[in-house]
Amino acid sequence: MESNKHFVLGVYEDEDVLLDAVGKVRESGVKIHEVYSPFPVHGLDGALGYKMTRLPKAAFMFGLLGTTLALTMQIGMLGFDWPMIIGGKDFFSIPPFIPVTFELTVLLSALGMVGTFMIVSDLKPYKKPRIYDIRITDDKHVMAIDLAKNKMSKDEIKKIIQGSGASEVNDKDFEE
Amino acid sequence: MQVTSTVREALVTGNKTVHDVTEDICRQVEGKPTKSWMLGMAVSLAALGIGAYAVLTLLWQGIGVWGLNKTVGWAWDITNFVWWVGIGHAGTLISAILLLFRQKWRMSINRAAEAMTIFAVICAAMFPALHMGRLWLGFYWALPLPNTFGSLWVNFNSPLLWDVFAISTYFTVSLVFWYIGLIPDFASIRDRAKNKISKAVYGALSFGWDGAAKTWSRYESVALILAGLATPLVLSVHTIVSMDFATSVIPGWHTTIFPPYFVAGAIFSGFAMVLTLMLVTRKVFKLEDYITINHIELMNIVIIITGSIVGIAYITEFFIAWYSGVEAEQYAFINRAFGPYWWAYATMMTCNVISPQLFWVKSIRTNIAATFILSIVVNIGMWFERFVIIVTSLHRDFLPSSWAMFYPTFYDVGVYLFTFGLFFTAFLLFAKFFPVINMAEVKSIIKSSSLKEKK
Repeated sequence: MESNKHFVLGVYEDEDVLLDAVGKVRESGVKIHEVYSPFPVHGLDGALGYKMTRLPKAAFMFGLLGTTLALTMQIGMLGFDWPMIIGGKDFFSIPPFIPVTFELTVLLSALGMVGTFMIVSDLKPYKKPRIYDIRITDDKHVMAIDLAKNKMSKDEIKKIIQGSGASEVNDKDFEE
Repeated sequence: MQVTSTVREALVTGNKTVHDVTEDICRQVEGKPTKSWMLGMAVSLAALGIGAYAVLTLLWQGIGVWGLNKTVGWAWDITNFVWWVGIGHAGTLISAILLLFRQKWRMSINRAAEAMTIFAVICAAMFPALHMGRLWLGFYWALPLPNTFGSLWVNFNSPLLWDVFAISTYFTVSLVFWYIGLIPDFASIRDRAKNKISKAVYGALSFGWDGAAKTWSRYESVALILAGLATPLVLSVHTIVSMDFATSVIPGWHTTIFPPYFVAGAIFSGFAMVLTLMLVTRKVFKLEDYITINHIELMNIVIIITGSIVGIAYITEFFIAWYSGVEAEQYAFINRAFGPYWWAYATMMTCNVISPQLFWVKSIRTNIAATFILSIVVNIGMWFERFVIIVTSLHRDFLPSSWAMFYPTFYDVGVYLFTFGLFFTAFLLFAKFFPVINMAEVKSIIKSSSLKEKK
């Protein structure tokens, strides 16, 4: 399937100008596709109206899974499957199991969260990203506006972006 | 806009723009290897080669080639293990704990420090693995895997097994943390790459990163939680290493202050190693504007603090040995300081407790040559600390007829040399092919830094 995508790009030099611009552009009724930055800009997700990510919850759930697995494994192995007599101590008691439980909690929580992050953000080694502007990974912030998702004309949108403090306004088409 | 206190100095000097950061860091990756890099690589590979001979002989002949005897069953191997693990503590400390405390000066040094952590942990893990003699069985027996003995499971009550879990978790989480940070920077290199090979390699390494605001927002949340997870993790690792000793019944080992004392020592030696490496990297790669005297001074302050904690721990151990009234414990400590290994104890005390106190003088802690020398002195001292703890506690056995000394053989030295070769080879490859400074993070503080400089 071949479809062409048309974007208008506003290029910004400064993160504070960008933050103002996002507010202005959204107020004037233009839908922003996404903003691309070379570094994290604080407050940008709020300005774009993004919800808080649920990754912390995922991390907690994976952590809980780690705790459960670790305790089940240790109690099952040493408590039931092959109880070992070690200096006449209890076959299983919680304190000596805490270190391994802690480590597996951290391990599963970290790996699970990072894995989820990779999947939801579609990060994978063989992915060819859409490169809106080669300078995004250098020093420019780029606001991309999908023309198909906006009712306004291209010229109107360009004017709004120009007025919001962009240093350049460009066109970008992708054939996919 | 980010506001930082006016009393703080600019973190990046030289009026850099965001574009300058990309140029300065990528230049290293894109250019041809320099002569000094080639020389360093040659030396590291030579060490690796000689060391490999020692390792292979060890595996072929068995650990009898080491100087261990029936009294001193742990010596250089475990000393080196604890030493390398200790060094491996600074990276995650810098990137995780300093991130939680919002210490922005971490940004120029965290990448290299984390790389150092990962390589140091690999070096550390080699020693217990080799000490098992039959490496292949050792891996199998150390993990809770089903086996033909029943299944006879591993003993979850043993601190040695906790170590297996702690070190492997620490290694994995540090690696993931490091790699997540590298992704945006690989994307920068990918977008600048001129030839096909580097485009393909850095393209794959960057996982298709495009810098979208949504991804950055998730990325920051992931980094914060990883930091939150890594902080207790880094403290747990050396705590568990110290329990290898503290849960035993050997006088001189079963000390309750071991966990905090080992953690402080680990941070102490880790920061010293970061300084040793960063002072050289900074000079060779001309990164003086990113790793400033201010950074060096702050790291030296951490060294004074942790060095003093270690000093207090040494004195506390002595005091408690006397105060406990346990004769064996008292003897172990008097023997440590005045017995046949007095020279090791004296080296440890001088290098770890006395010499870092020089950093109270501002002109010394802001002097590059002095910092470099003292950072090496600290790591020598920390090696001796582990040697003193292990060998002096063991060499006077419960039966006087078993009393012995430890003499290292070529193979003790050779395996240690092997880890040095491995560590520096890996670090040099990292420094050449990976961005040594976290560009994305440094770019986020460029504006506040340059505003400060203009004032």
